[in-house]
Amino acid sequence: MTGYRVAGRGRVDPDARLRFIFDGRSYEGLHGDTLASALLANGVHFVGRSFKYHRPRGIMSAGVEEANALVGVDRGRGRYTPNTRATVLELYDGLTAESQNYWPSLRYDIGAVNDIAAPLIPAGFYYKTFKWPASFWNKVYEPVIRRSAGLGRAPTAPDADRYASRFAHCDVLIVGAGPAGLAAALTASESGARVILADENPEIGGSLLSDPAVQIDGKDAWNWLEEARATLAGRANVTLLTRTTAIGYYHQNFLGLVQRLTDHLPAAASSLPRERMWKVRAAQVVLAQGAIERPLVFDGNDRPGVMLAGAGRSFLNRYGVKVGNRVAVVTVHDSAYLAAFDLARAGAGVATIVDLRRNPRAALLAEARSLGIEVLSGWTVTATKGRARIAEIRVNPVDQNGKVGAARMIGCDALLMSGGWTPSVHLFSHSKGALDWREDLQAFVPGAPNEAVRCAGAGNGTFGLAAALAEGAAAGAATAGSAGTPTVFSVDGEAPFSGVYFRELPTDRDPTRAKAFIDFQNDVTAKDIRLAVREGFRSIEHVKRYTTNGMATDQGKTSNINGLMIAADAVGKPAPEVGLTTFRPPYTPTTFGAFVGYSRDAHFEVERKTSIDSWAEANGAVFEPVSLWRRAWYFPRSGESMHEAVARECRATRRSLGIFDASTLGKIEVVGPDAAEFMNRMYTNAWTKLAPGRCRYGLLLGEDGFIRDDGVIGRLSDERFHVTTTTGGAARVLATMEDYLQTEWPDLKVWLTSTSEQWAVIALNGPNARKVLEPLVQGIDLNGEAFPHMAVREGKICGVPTRLFRVSFTGELGFEVNVPARFGLSVWKALIEQGRPYDITPYGTETMHALRAEKGFIIVGQDTDGTVTPHDAGMSWAIGKTKPDFVGKRSLARPDMQDPKRKQLVGLLTEKPETVLEEGAQIVDGPYAAVPMPMIGHVTSSYHSETLGRSIALALIQGGHGRKGETVYVPMPGAMHKATITDTVFVDKEGAKLNV
Amino acid sequence: MFLISCPFCGPREESEFSYGHEGHIARPADPDSLSDAEWADYLFMRKNPKGWHYERWNHARGCRRWFNVARHTVTHEIRAVYKMGDPPPAIEP
Repeated sequence: MTGYRVAGRGRVDPDARLRFIFDGRSYEGLHGDTLASALLANGVHFVGRSFKYHRPRGIMSAGVEEANALVGVDRGRGRYTPNTRATVLELYDGLTAESQNYWPSLRYDIGAVNDIAAPLIPAGFYYKTFKWPASFWNKVYEPVIRRSAGLGRAPTAPDADRYASRFAHCDVLIVGAGPAGLAAALTASESGARVILADENPEIGGSLLSDPAVQIDGKDAWNWLEEARATLAGRANVTLLTRTTAIGYYHQNFLGLVQRLTDHLPAAASSLPRERMWKVRAAQVVLAQGAIERPLVFDGNDRPGVMLAGAGRSFLNRYGVKVGNRVAVVTVHDSAYLAAFDLARAGAGVATIVDLRRNPRAALLAEARSLGIEVLSGWTVTATKGRARIAEIRVNPVDQNGKVGAARMIGCDALLMSGGWTPSVHLFSHSKGALDWREDLQAFVPGAPNEAVRCAGAGNGTFGLAAALAEGAAAGAATAGSAGTPTVFSVDGEAPFSGVYFRELPTDRDPTRAKAFIDFQNDVTAKDIRLAVREGFRSIEHVKRYTTNGMATDQGKTSNINGLMIAADAVGKPAPEVGLTTFRPPYTPTTFGAFVGYSRDAHFEVERKTSIDSWAEANGAVFEPVSLWRRAWYFPRSGESMHEAVARECRATRRSLGIFDASTLGKIEVVGPDAAEFMNRMYTNAWTKLAPGRCRYGLLLGEDGFIRDDGVIGRLSDERFHVTTTTGGAARVLATMEDYLQTEWPDLKVWLTSTSEQWAVIALNGPNARKVLEPLVQGIDLNGEAFPHMAVREGKICGVPTRLFRVSFTGELGFEVNVPARFGLSVWKALIEQGRPYDITPYGTETMHALRAEKGFIIVGQDTDGTVTPHDAGMSWAIGKTKPDFVGKRSLARPDMQDPKRKQLVGLLTEKPETVLEEGAQIVDGPYAAVPMPMIGHVTSSYHSETLGRSIALALIQGGHGRKGETVYVPMPGAMHKATITDTVFVDKEGAKLNV
Repeated sequence: MFLISCPFCGPREESEFSYGHEGHIARPADPDSLSDAEWADYLFMRKNPKGWHYERWNHARGCRRWFNVARHTVTHEIRAVYKMGDPPPAIEP
């Protein structure tokens, strides 16, 4: 047993000794400890440095509200977690943790000079100080501030753990398994309702875990607790989740719960996921989150050894650790006396209780007297002393007029403080429930709800065990409707629970020199808040951002109300008029892994592969992502650069034969008696007269008149169209079609089916394409007259069914072989074999892009950007002018859409043939125009054209259609390039190569 | 996150659906007869009420069907789910 462990106390197992390492030193703790309780048992209070002033800090609480004792936990590679609150970190054998925010060591920290320089760095100092010169921001101020601020170091290795997630539905979700939550769960589950009871602690009980002496229904609290646990565990309709934090409360009673499954186990475990996110939809919610104790605000209230009174009681009763051997207490609330009494009975010397109230309850005074504790009522604490741990407090009497008298020093090794209790309304506030100000509690409590939710217990401002049990039982019964009757609990030995509220404690010293902390994690003091108000900030939201009060990872659990009370006093308005800052999820810091769940790596972004992908991989393709697809980019032969490979692929396709996997094209089957009418309404083109067996290039607009998608569309019969879309647009086009069909034209007899994944598409392009196909195709006459350009036939290839399109995206004789996807690879291989005599060359998307650019074929989304009309793109020919209506037609009639100065698609030829312009480069009229030069357009596509032996580009230029032959300039890094506006078609303008 | 009761599939999580903005705005039968201002009104102007809102949803990652929803934009209560073409149900304020 170490010096501060109290035998026979707490829920720790004295026989289960654990070794752990903190800052490189080995200590012993017990099973059931947290890191905080184990450190305190070893007499270690000083566990970290503060954020801004680098002041020594100790453990200030015993729960989730901890603002000081933040540690980094190292569980091996990929398992480092910074900023973990030592007060909720369960001890396991071999636990390795380190303190944070110091250099070079916790005890000797260079940054502590900030504490001495504190008068120079008040609230908002960085707004005032680091203003100029501007260049200093990036090079000096920000790197230095970034290094010296912040908390723990972020891990760099990928997270080695697995995370799970699941949905759950229940009748009643109860958050918090303290007395109120347990009473609600016991009552609500009696009627058979499906109940989920979640608590962030390793075991249920809440405040009862720190209060073993109280009696419920004639039983000691812990015996009652065990019976309640067994009852709930025995009910099949109850799901009991411990180590599970409700992190957020969203619309329609949807809550996120994060269950921690392995962090309490020794590092060697286990097959379990580390955490599981429960996404719970509850018909009814009961919030029983309890309350958090408030610190008192006085000079030196942050010294190691100063902690919340309730925490001192929890460490003793729950963990069997006394926080000191000579404990002092300062309070405005009855509850601190309970800590003092329990500690005194456990043998920790309790020196003094300083009570700001002039007349504490007689019963408390009598008990203090019987335990030999001095009570200074109507006194204040004005300072503390001690370096790594508190050694003395300075106390003064305060007379009836508030005058502070002569000081006295009292020696101590721990100081417990209580400023009263703040109901935890975080989740209720997430759900947009209204908060009401309770003047008597100086706190906000839940008001009108916005969801099907009830609040019970201390979290509802209902303090005291009997009242909490009764309110919890009533809430549980109400969730069950008429079926529920509240269980009645009787309580014995309940302690008094009342207090008053103070802002800064009275002092005889200059309050502007006091380091009286409000937000311990962000180092915000009372005078910072008052300074912010003096400088003109009136709203608490502004005060918060200026001082950073409540903006640390603890989200102001201990600081929001103290900050508000002081700001309200400084503004001279009641607290509710100054307002409360918004609570936002998550309630406590949450791992990214919990949110990510299964959705990581390939499960986050699914990689779609075509049926021919494996052949491309085996043949050395370099891939590029195109929406979710992985597509072959180019096929380098050994030693070839990308440029060389693409040039070879382009040459081969134009001279003989190229083969290209076009399976990713979006495909939609449009079928039905009204299919042609539907196509007429959706696409700009006229479809009525398109004969079965023919194809047409289709253009799809948005209702605003701008190009959304394009593709070749084949008519297979009067009532069946095979629509192709861009690779990235497939889902969007289908959704748009469904929208119009279902909501605007439900009278049309049309059915839409996505067939993108059903067809593998192999594009054969080049003068020899027909020769390769002929021996493999059955039932289709490939002769140029029988099967002209822009036609589609059904037949067989290699014995499997095909829809064979004669289309071309390269300007060469071209076919697109559609076969059921399962035959894609075998047909591809057969074509490769058949094509060997013609040097058949597989090409990728880069060659496809270059060849299409030579022909001036647009890529929607590259040469268009959502502001381009068919006319702008030079495709007025695609508009069925006699059609009464189609999507986007009316918008094309707007005057703006006919402005000749609109940006229009043109070709560009650079003066120097070797210059390949940057896609996205801006275009200007002249190199000597005044700066800022008017930008008249931009380059949309730019390639080296192997066919022409020079560069080509497409561009959108204001009034471009009327400027062909003119010279423009393209500024790029290092040079201003001269270029001539041309037609968009660079190769085979007459299309002679297609008609063979 | 809403729980939306698709009229064809039953209650499903919001992540299965896509939002379609204000409902009951019919595409004009003869757009050419509209002035530019009237067409712009059809194209762009949508209500943004604080209160009950009749809106379109699509079960995009389910049955792909469109339907209407009456949702309160403050409480997010969904009071009615009904098919395309059905009239908006009256809702007590």
